[in-house]
Amino acid sequence: MSDSIISIKDAVVSFREDIALRGVSLEVQSGEFIGIVGPNGAGKTTILTVLNGIGKLRHGRVRVLGQLIGNGNGNGHGLRKRVGYVAQLQNIDPRMPVNVREVVMMGRYGAMGIFHRPGKADWKIVDEMLDLVGMTHLGSRPIGHLSGGEQQRVAIARCLAQKPEILLLDEPTASLDWRAKSDILELVRLIHDTSGLTTLFVTHDLSALPVACDRIVLMKEGLIWSQGTTVTQLTDEKLSVLYDIPVDIVRRRREQEVTA
Amino acid sequence: MDFSIFGYQFMQNAILTGVLGGIACSIIGVFVVLMHMPFIGVAMSHAAFAGAMLGLWLGFNPLLGAFLVSLLAAAIVGPLADRGELSPDTSVGIIFSLMLGLSFLFIGLMPGTKSSALELLWGSILTNTRGDIILLAIVAAVIVGLVVLFFKEIQATIFNRDMALSVGIPATIILYGILFLTGATITATLRSIGGILIFSLILNPAAAAYQLTYSMKKMFVLSALFGVLSSLIGLFLSYYFDLPSGATIVVTSSIVFLIAVIFSPKRKVKRWQQKPVQENIT
Repeated sequence: MSDSIISIKDAVVSFREDIALRGVSLEVQSGEFIGIVGPNGAGKTTILTVLNGIGKLRHGRVRVLGQLIGNGNGNGHGLRKRVGYVAQLQNIDPRMPVNVREVVMMGRYGAMGIFHRPGKADWKIVDEMLDLVGMTHLGSRPIGHLSGGEQQRVAIARCLAQKPEILLLDEPTASLDWRAKSDILELVRLIHDTSGLTTLFVTHDLSALPVACDRIVLMKEGLIWSQGTTVTQLTDEKLSVLYDIPVDIVRRRREQEVTA
Repeated sequence: MDFSIFGYQFMQNAILTGVLGGIACSIIGVFVVLMHMPFIGVAMSHAAFAGAMLGLWLGFNPLLGAFLVSLLAAAIVGPLADRGELSPDTSVGIIFSLMLGLSFLFIGLMPGTKSSALELLWGSILTNTRGDIILLAIVAAVIVGLVVLFFKEIQATIFNRDMALSVGIPATIILYGILFLTGATITATLRSIGGILIFSLILNPAAAAYQLTYSMKKMFVLSALFGVLSSLIGLFLSYYFDLPSGATIVVTSSIVFLIAVIFSPKRKVKRWQQKPVQENIT
């Protein structure tokens, strides 16, 4: 418990009659890179929304960056400024009158505070982040004109411009092509290694998991079902139970993925 | 050309109303267009109209009724838009038709002549009082002021509410603020533009501006400009050709939109997107 940056104890979250989390406990140390894997509807995204204070806790205690979440403890805006969140690819109207640099600047808006306008220092951070994700050349393009992979790079830049302490990635590579997917995964790993962030990466797709996660958390039906190192968790046997597929089929599909 | 038009007190009032109403409505329109909620605007304007009819029937200030009922509509529509749990089109459609039904029910219940009801339905920019103009000026000033002060919060909320929330912007408050302003604007312009016609002055200038720019700041400015232009040109046309002013303004704003579509650089985007991908078969 001592230097946990995230501490979830017995968290229960429900939406109407659906229980999304049924008593989940998880400790995350500062600087860890955690992959959360499980089928659709396992509660992976819900865990992330609890951590940035958007999800509503029914029960349990969640402490993020030393701050207790929920129970009338503020509206969570303060915490959200310190937690970056990248969602899966959004459908952006190609005519939306917002350009790439402006989108990245939005990451600074929360920290800037009300009534303040972006200053030179803020634009400098924006340009640094665009450079980091390799999107400088598209800075003045309307955001809706970018490809899916480019939009996700911009979303990551926006998130980093926020200067967060925790990075939450919710299926950032969903619906991206193979090349864009592997590029984003490399970028995420690079950012984690160079910035000293704590990263939680959620995916249902095993091929969309950055290499060398410090820890893998397997989720099923609103519970953490198993956790440990990549080698101990991503075995054919465990995945077979996790996804309800016979072991030999899991094995065959994973072999196909490697050769594909 | 005959410039006697500027000499009349009622015409001066009408021009002021056109400028102020054009600004207020077209800025609200930017929210409506960019947040993809035109139907919400329609429901709100009919709610305001129903509230005004309620006021006329029960004998209190129709504008107060308009404001209160449009706030009520915002309180019902807001959560639907916010949570997206019901299909907003369906629920807003139900509210919209209910409000129209209530409006005509209240008109039917009204004793005596219905002329004041019809005035609010069609609007008459030429019979504005000083009080109407002051109310409209306050609403327009508040809207412009809020957009300038909270531009970055508004921009982020319009772009993506979930994203705005996740970077620490109170996006839900901003959304309700926008709905509240929509109600206030519709109320303040009800008497001059009318409950039925108001919506085109909200939608058309913003939709026209949307065709022409990729900058949200420019879109606000262009939309306000188109709004003012539509009202003034419409007003002059109605004066010189003896046409109903509200209707002429609405038709003018539609023509402005049509011209913007024709000259839109964004149409190229659509063509470019539709272009089939060439397959490389070698």
